[in-house]
Amino acid sequence: MEKFMQWIDERYPLTETYNEHLAKYYAPKNFNWMYYFGSLALLMLVVQIVTGIFLTMHYKPDARLAFESVEYIMRDVPWGWLMRYLHAVGASFFFIVVYLHMLRGMLYGSHRSPRELLWLVGMVIFLCLMAEAFMGYLLPWGNMSYWGAQVIISLFGAIPYVGDGLTEWIRGDFVVADATLNRFFALHVIALPLVLAGLVFVHLIALHKVGSNNPDGIEIKKNKGPDGIPVDGIPFHPYYTVKDLVGVSVFLMIYFAVVFFMPEFFGWFLEHDNFTPANLLQTPTEIKPLWYFTPFYSILRATTNTLLPYLAGVALVTMVLAVMAVKNLIGRALIVGATVVFIAGLFTLEAKFWGVVLMGLSIVLLALLPWLDRSPVKSIRYRGWMYKTAITVFCINFLLLGWLGTQGVDETKTLLAQVGTIIYLLFFVLMPVYTSLDKTRPVPERLTK
Amino acid sequence: MKRTVFLICLLLAPLAATAAGGNGQLDEVKIDLRDKQALQRGARLFVNFCLSCHSAGYMRYDRMGKDLGIPEAVLKDNFLFSAHRPGDLMKATMPHDDAKLWFGTAPPDLSLVARSRGPEWFYTYMRSFYQDEVSPSGWNNRVFPHVAMPHVLYEWQGTQQAIFHKDEHGQQHFERFELTKAGSMSPEEYDAAMHDLTNFMVYLGEPAKLHRYNIGVFVLIFMAIFTLLMYALKKEYWTDVK
Ligand code: HEC
Ligand code: HEM
Repeated sequence: MEKFMQWIDERYPLTETYNEHLAKYYAPKNFNWMYYFGSLALLMLVVQIVTGIFLTMHYKPDARLAFESVEYIMRDVPWGWLMRYLHAVGASFFFIVVYLHMLRGMLYGSHRSPRELLWLVGMVIFLCLMAEAFMGYLLPWGNMSYWGAQVIISLFGAIPYVGDGLTEWIRGDFVVADATLNRFFALHVIALPLVLAGLVFVHLIALHKVGSNNPDGIEIKKNKGPDGIPVDGIPFHPYYTVKDLVGVSVFLMIYFAVVFFMPEFFGWFLEHDNFTPANLLQTPTEIKPLWYFTPFYSILRATTNTLLPYLAGVALVTMVLAVMAVKNLIGRALIVGATVVFIAGLFTLEAKFWGVVLMGLSIVLLALLPWLDRSPVKSIRYRGWMYKTAITVFCINFLLLGWLGTQGVDETKTLLAQVGTIIYLLFFVLMPVYTSLDKTRPVPERLTK
Repeated sequence: MKRTVFLICLLLAPLAATAAGGNGQLDEVKIDLRDKQALQRGARLFVNFCLSCHSAGYMRYDRMGKDLGIPEAVLKDNFLFSAHRPGDLMKATMPHDDAKLWFGTAPPDLSLVARSRGPEWFYTYMRSFYQDEVSPSGWNNRVFPHVAMPHVLYEWQGTQQAIFHKDEHGQQHFERFELTKAGSMSPEEYDAAMHDLTNFMVYLGEPAKLHRYNIGVFVLIFMAIFTLLMYALKKEYWTDVK
């Protein structure tokens, strides 16, 4: 055995890789349950790929056959129903896991230096995941798949000049049709999964370069013993491999409970309207995306003409803060100039266009967190009341926007979504202010329990 | 940790409530897929009265026979139309285009209607046909206004009239049905038959439902034991972490 390993190691750094990423990768010893979600995301990626392969064996990417082939999988393929439910419910669970994974980052300041790049890679993963889910959702060719895709793709039509050409280019037709289904299939089953797998690899390499953060937000690498090993670190393997197995088991139990007992999850994971085939002549009463897109969808819908003046207000606040932060004259001039152009744009271009911009911005803002957060401490454990209040309001607001996105629009709901949109923006725009004003508590030298 | 679980439950409760809501005007119906007798009665009703116009085109006869415990001989004699073989899909006997000509709309495939519309909607629909001169077919339906489908079971249910009242804005509101001519069944018998049919439609929407609960119980028991084992393993390893 030893000889064999030596033979391998002379030709491939197997032992070295094993040590660097598992046996001698030192992780902080105080991870809590929020730290399960990274490995759970990895697990879900594998689950989606494996179940997806089995579905692809029977699925037919053809507008005339797609719906039927899915029902064929559900009824005639042995264990086909299980593969489909694991995959469809899996998509929702993937998002639950990733949202909690991101929340963990915001709670413990994991996006802060030196992990900015790790966070950015994560954001790109998030974007890819959204694209992956969106394209996958068209494949069963149900009526909600169809109209959901129709509505979301037509959003690009709001972009001035190139909009119409762009939507046609995406669809490959004047409406969502067979051509669209075929290209979404190609992107969903091979292009995006490849990109995702590559990005996840980069994500992990970036993580292992800088090391994990922890619920205390303390850099364990700053306190090394004489052997060069962080005193508060423990080898990832076996300690965290066995611990993650506990997390995996509990997670699988919840996931399987949903898969076997309520795969539709009251219409939240599999929508009722998607059990009728796509029909160009019959629009569902409420066209809505699945729950994981609805916070952003809400922001999109909330952007009407009445919201634009308030957006101008937010832009002005941003401008004042940016001018105060930037000390040189040219920088300030650029900021003022950009704001003037933006506000002029607000009142000349259609609100619909700004809805699309705002939806994109609401994701970009998340990517900027490492630079917006000015607190001297990382973890919420040592922050003052301001950040704690802000992040609580942000979470409730995010859920509220998500819920509103699943509902039809009326006056109160639109108003609520508009208030929610402004709160969402202010959380980020005002962050440099409240995180630097906030009273923090001293951070201990060593990890706490 | 306990607090977190509690919070998560709190968050989920309204989700379930809002998602299940919607049209509050539907009659309740209890689904019990373990009742094979009821499923068989529902299947017979469906094959005899609905399959002439509607397909259940994702479902095969023999699969249904196996799932519901119908012997093959009985299946052949009582369920199959002469042109069909047991392995065939349950396609309507009436050609699609003829149906379209006669009713104005082709009768839709019913394989998934209990999933897309919900069992309550279906049960209510089957009980809510009423006579209406305004409608070309003479029939209307409370949950499907101006439906093109005639009330095919009127001989059982009898005929009923809908009583509406006008509110102060002149809007019509449904109040109740009034039987104008008794059918061959009492209202209770008719409701029981529709209950069987609804039960069957739920099965038809998702045959795997018959099995997935049973498998799920075993899976969860296995996962519970596995979780305990993993927890013990973790505890063992972590004793030396101070
Ligand atoms: C004489 C032909 C005929 C028969 C027999 C028939 N139907 Fe229909 N049915 C129709 C037509 C036509 C429609 C379309 C109604 C419309 O779109 O206005 C329809 C619509 C329906 C719908 C609504 C489907 C939807 O989602 O839009 C249901 C449910 C239904 N039928 C159930 C049944 C059941 C159950 C039976 C057997 C008891 C049955 N039908 C027998 C002709 C028929
Ligand atoms: C396919 C999706 C993803 C996978 C498989 C994945 C995987 C992982 C894994 C295994 C870890 C280490 C374990 C842990 O700390 O929980 C990790 C850490 C991290 N991830 Fe992700 N991730 C994904 C998406 C994201 C996204 C969308 C973001 C945020 C934009 C993100 C940001 C981070 C950060 C900041 C860390 C370091 C956390 C810390 O050290 O405190 N990840 N990721």
